Amino acid sequence: MMEEKVKEIVQGYGGDRSYLVPIMQDVQKEFGYLAKDALLAISANLGVPVSRVYEVATFYKAFSLKPKGRHHISLCMGTACHVRGAEFIASNITTLLGIKDGETTEDQEFSFETVGCLGACALGPIVVVDGEYHGEMNIAKSTKLLKKIGKKV
Amino acid sequence: MTSKIKSFSELKELQEKIKAARDSRQQRITICVGTGCLAHGAMSVADAFREELDRRGLSVKIDFRKTGCHGFCERGPMVILAPENIFYQHVGVSDVGEIIEKTLLKGEIIDNLLYANPQTGEKYVKEDEVPFYKRQTRTVFGMNSKVDPKKMEDYLAVDGYSALAKALKMKPGEIIREVVTANLRGRGGGGFPAGRKWEETSKAAGTPKYVICNADEGDPGAYMDRSLLEGNPHLVLEGMIIGAYAIGSNEGYIYVRNEYPLAVENINIAIKQAREAGLLGENILGSGFSFDLKVNRGGGAFVCGESSALFASLEGRAGEPRAKYVHATEKGLYDKPTNLNNVETWANVPFIINNGGDWYAGIGTDRSKGTKIFSLVGKINNTGLVEVPMGTKLREIVFDIGGGILNNRKFKAIQTGGPSGGCIPEAYLDMPVDYDELTKVGSMMGSGGMIVMDEGTCMVDLARYFTNFLANESCGKCVPCREGVQRMKEILVDITEGKGREGDIELLESLASSIKDGALCALGTSAPNPVLSTIRYFRDEYEAHIKEKRCPAGVCKALITYSVDSGKCTGCTLCAKVCPVGAATGEKKQAHKIDSDKCTRCGACKESCQFDAIIVR
Repeated sequence: MMEEKVKEIVQGYGGDRSYLVPIMQDVQKEFGYLAKDALLAISANLGVPVSRVYEVATFYKAFSLKPKGRHHISLCMGTACHVRGAEFIASNITTLLGIKDGETTEDQEFSFETVGCLGACALGPIVVVDGEYHGEMNIAKSTKLLKKIGKKV
Repeated sequence: MTSKIKSFSELKELQEKIKAARDSRQQRITICVGTGCLAHGAMSVADAFREELDRRGLSVKIDFRKTGCHGFCERGPMVILAPENIFYQHVGVSDVGEIIEKTLLKGEIIDNLLYANPQTGEKYVKEDEVPFYKRQTRTVFGMNSKVDPKKMEDYLAVDGYSALAKALKMKPGEIIREVVTANLRGRGGGGFPAGRKWEETSKAAGTPKYVICNADEGDPGAYMDRSLLEGNPHLVLEGMIIGAYAIGSNEGYIYVRNEYPLAVENINIAIKQAREAGLLGENILGSGFSFDLKVNRGGGAFVCGESSALFASLEGRAGEPRAKYVHATEKGLYDKPTNLNNVETWANVPFIINNGGDWYAGIGTDRSKGTKIFSLVGKINNTGLVEVPMGTKLREIVFDIGGGILNNRKFKAIQTGGPSGGCIPEAYLDMPVDYDELTKVGSMMGSGGMIVMDEGTCMVDLARYFTNFLANESCGKCVPCREGVQRMKEILVDITEGKGREGDIELLESLASSIKDGALCALGTSAPNPVLSTIRYFRDEYEAHIKEKRCPAGVCKALITYSVDSGKCTGCTLCAKVCPVGAATGEKKQAHKIDSDKCTRCGACKESCQFDAIIVR
């Protein structure tokens, strides 16, 4: 099933090798992450060496080789967010979830990552939960936010 | 959907037809649904307007428009009522009924939705009276509030694509000359003259030639490219098509950050519309010129904003830069002549063609022309995107447009140019902002990020922050950047953790000059800038960290302690409630205490205290 889907995505780009990055983005969107089999299938269908596919998968921050949690929390660490205290929020989230930046909780419920800049600097600090932006974040609000999406704090 | 426009006269006819159908006296409600306002809940406000207008049968009479970013992001969601241009801010779903009932139908102003000056309390009714807008020159960005980015008719209604029609009647060389005369410099940060780049690419041998729009805006603290691409994608497209014609290119790419999903969506819609209308693709407007482009999403690597790394990424490889002995104008993407410009640079092109290079060169300073969009963020009252002529004084931007420092605190420094830039102290506030002046004080234009800092920002921590960012984003290809920036970061981490040693400042300075000389691309060569500029202007802060093991701004966790000012504490118990580790304790209505052994210095108590009773030392 995975192989067929990958094949379909690759064919959608006409098998053009220069589309490796967008193809991998689409595959990741489909399955949530890039599994080993998916990388192998991309390599086979596109005729690009596995080493190259792996190089690209590990170079770009957008790719994940591990499955992500059901709820995805990203915290913006841009300069504007930083001077408004993003790091305090990061340590609060880390303490409450018990995971570090880039990790997923054992029950697969939450994953947490920090990102360079989301380009919504006027609202800093910003937390994005499952694609929804929450601006002007502070420590107390971040605790509330985690509670709302199901974290027992 | 527009059917194919086959000639210049057909385009003109269509523009006139759309304009005639729009009565300028007609009542219009415009709501900003840029990313900033969306985060404030603008979409539900927009839905509520739609519903309410439908319910009252007003939908045919009232022109309701959802537009891209207006710039004043901190005040979102924003609603403007034309023709009077009444400006309402922080509009919620519950305000919708009242706005329609009172303002739209009876012409009454709703006082509590007006913008009030944070310092004087003075209120303003019209958009252009608001000080934030009043002092700006919104040539490029102003169009954002007039068009729905998803509707090409809106762009045509403001004479969109007329610059393209004009350009296609000119000779390519004439267009390039206009851009050279305008002295348009690259808005992505480098400031290289765009006209010269176009000329070089047009003369270079080899086919095909590529034009690329760099929308990999990775600078933390800057978001004008995002707002332009999201809010007015046809403007960027128009600039690119004109450029392609001038250079002699038939293929192009837009390389946009994956973190900007709305930008990707809107530019794809715009491309589809332009293709259907015959403004993109084969035989554009019957001129015989053909050009088409594709959108490519980046992978979230900061270094891919650098041209040669961006090409590698577009070719489907890891985004590693290469030494540029040969210019991209000769050998760029797939080793073919390539012209790469940033979003804002392309967006300036239609204005230059419409008004002429001389007109453009009349704005700005001696060597920096036109207007520049800055993202004014950080500890400032009026946060958002600001467009001013080059040469506007920093003080005017920060205090007149920006409304001064948040919570009436003291200005400390302004950081410009992102991780490649530097910090500018108070002494230079009267400096005119342009490419050269910023470089003189050890910073740079960069993409135009301006992060305002007050006395609560630690400059050593800020330098650590930037080097940490760059050490993470270094692609690792060259040693000076991979090892050098990492080492700078380690030294800075040590200093912020109280492990700084005598000689560290000098070591940082010497490392910085080696990295500057030795790194392969601009990420590395400019990486020392934030460190050097903070040492240059705030050396005493470094010394306080190293010699006295003290963080004057009260930021560096290892060097500070939290305590309670028993005189100010009212015993409201809020700090005890928010403290995640139980370090803050006390009886109700009695002064509280913080156990500094337990305290993790998370700052929750200080943030929650209403009485300013938490002391940080």
